[in-house]
Amino acid sequence: MSNGIIYFDNNATTGVAPEVLEAMLPFLKDRYGNPSSMYRFAGAAQEALAEARSQVAALIGAQPEEIMFTSCGTESDSTAIYSALRARPEKKHFITTKVEHPAVLSLGQLLEKQGYTVTFLGVDGKGRISLDELQNALSKDTALVSMMYANNETGNIYPIAQAGAICRERGVPFHVDAVQAVGKIPINLAGLPIDYLALSGHKLHAPKGVGALYVRRGAPFRPFLRGGHQERGRRAGTAAMPNIVALGAACELAGRHITDENTKVKALRDNLQQRLLAAVPEAIINGDPDNRLPNTLNISFKYVEGEAILLMLDQFNICASSGSACTSGSLEPSHVLRAMGVPFTYAHGSIRFSLCRYNTQKEIDFVAENLPKIITRLREISPYRNLPDDAAPGDCAACSCSCSVG
Amino acid sequence: MWEYTDKVREHFLNPRNVGEMKDADAVGEVGSLACGDALKLFLKIKDNRIVDASFQTFGCASAIASSSALTEMIKGKTLEEALAVTNRDIAKFLGGLPKEKMHCSVMGQEALEAAIRAYRGEPPRPQTHEGRLVCKCFGVTEDQIVKVIKENHLTTVEEVTNFTKAGGGCGDCVEDIKQILEATLAGKAPGQGHPLPSGIVDLRKPQEPATAPLSNIQRMQRVMTVLDEVIRPRLQQDGGDIELVDINGKVVSVALKGMCGNCPSSRLTIEGFVQQTLQEQVEPGISVKEVAS
Repeated sequence: MSNGIIYFDNNATTGVAPEVLEAMLPFLKDRYGNPSSMYRFAGAAQEALAEARSQVAALIGAQPEEIMFTSCGTESDSTAIYSALRARPEKKHFITTKVEHPAVLSLGQLLEKQGYTVTFLGVDGKGRISLDELQNALSKDTALVSMMYANNETGNIYPIAQAGAICRERGVPFHVDAVQAVGKIPINLAGLPIDYLALSGHKLHAPKGVGALYVRRGAPFRPFLRGGHQERGRRAGTAAMPNIVALGAACELAGRHITDENTKVKALRDNLQQRLLAAVPEAIINGDPDNRLPNTLNISFKYVEGEAILLMLDQFNICASSGSACTSGSLEPSHVLRAMGVPFTYAHGSIRFSLCRYNTQKEIDFVAENLPKIITRLREISPYRNLPDDAAPGDCAACSCSCSVG
Repeated sequence: MWEYTDKVREHFLNPRNVGEMKDADAVGEVGSLACGDALKLFLKIKDNRIVDASFQTFGCASAIASSSALTEMIKGKTLEEALAVTNRDIAKFLGGLPKEKMHCSVMGQEALEAAIRAYRGEPPRPQTHEGRLVCKCFGVTEDQIVKVIKENHLTTVEEVTNFTKAGGGCGDCVEDIKQILEATLAGKAPGQGHPLPSGIVDLRKPQEPATAPLSNIQRMQRVMTVLDEVIRPRLQQDGGDIELVDINGKVVSVALKGMCGNCPSSRLTIEGFVQQTLQEQVEPGISVKEVAS
């Protein structure tokens, strides 16, 4: 996947795999039939649609009829959440976490304004949730629990099996945003108490514009988009054949490479982490090192600011992302790092590297060699580099950024 | 990705005058690690003139570039000339800053002021002494907010946040900022209009007159936004109000309410303030006509 770019931002999006592109191309050229039509030309499209559905189902241990195609992960999340809420309109309590992706978090905040009671479960310093807190938050009025499988910023993997079991015991539906997890770690829904699960194509080397939603057989469902009878009436809109075929192909590829993700990719990530920690003083890892996606490294450098680091990395054609305030367009650093209580002094200097199976040791070497120099350079510009924590100038009470994240 | 000008990028990648000055005659500090950006400015002063300047900055690319620009701009200036440098001058020097990054240039201006005050033996401006603390997240006082509103002709809370960060944290003080904004704007003579802040690269262009022709929908949306966010608060301050009755092409029909409805100078309000504001912030060709409500 190289084009002179060293791409370590695979949790943001991934490049389309060559095999995936090859699989989808005919559907952009000659095989343009609408699978809903009656002639044989369309029948071929129908077969391709069915195959893609099986491929997606196989990757996550589901049945093909439990998979519906959507336009993206966000649509999958919205569909699942509104589905569960509309199915039981008398229940007005929604539970999720403080560290969700905005696809779920914003929805939670909106529901709060619309009269729902919403519980946002907190996390500890390593970003871990407490199952006891979930247990205590559940009530007779709870309509749905929505939890991410793995966190996009830290890579933390959440105790989905246990959380799902708790929900099931209390008869509460359980939705999982698995956009970051699918394709990176093995998932077998046959053995998991999950009612809905969202995934997205462009996070696993399919193109942007396609996602899928798993709806466990028997789970209540209400369509989000209404119109034609596509997807057995569950999601109206003409099937986006090229994208759907691509998602199927990408899922099959991901299944074949899932071991690589947890051996080869993990080894590259660990190597990068170890070398950066060794080369740069006052750097910390954000998240739970014992329970993390194998591809994600979230590291914070004290005394420097994330956007400045990213722009300097960009000079080397290295792509990564940051949880600093300046990159987000808001003035607060990442809500995930804030919920974890990462001190501002570190949160502003956080950088996320997210790898994929196309990365190489050579690329890791290049980053490990150049990033420490960038940090040194920025610390030379920074007024704080040589000061102990408690003597940082300008750290007045008024500047303590003491506001809490709601 | 922020759209930085080449000059911002250049000053970020090759900042001028970086580093501590051991024998500085004046030092000015603003910001903190917690807030996400901080600037320490060092000045060498001879016969009331800045002969050398250097800086240390913790912050994003535009904070570093603004600091670099500031040191270049003030070298050789007398203290009085330097004090006349505004945050807009810094932004202009860099070919403009994204709207959301204007606070970086404000930080430069504040550090300069702090350094010169220290040099002159004037008491520093501790935030708690000069005005009430409004934004607890970023330590911004009422005085600072009023100052940027006046100097940069700000008209919305969002702009105040872009320039000072105030209100950009937990959001608890947004209502407070709104009131300060209204009070500050009401202190001006009505109908004088608000020249647009200069030196801003407005990426979303919600309030600049459009260069490309607006579609009807766009025009309607902008007219409504400006009415709600700029015009109504001003009129309400005087006990009046305004209602949008219709938009037909570029003709906006409004009805004046409350005190404005029977005010003898209502024509002045319509032409001098409402129409002018809409022309400046929506589209030059707009005319406003008063109709009975």
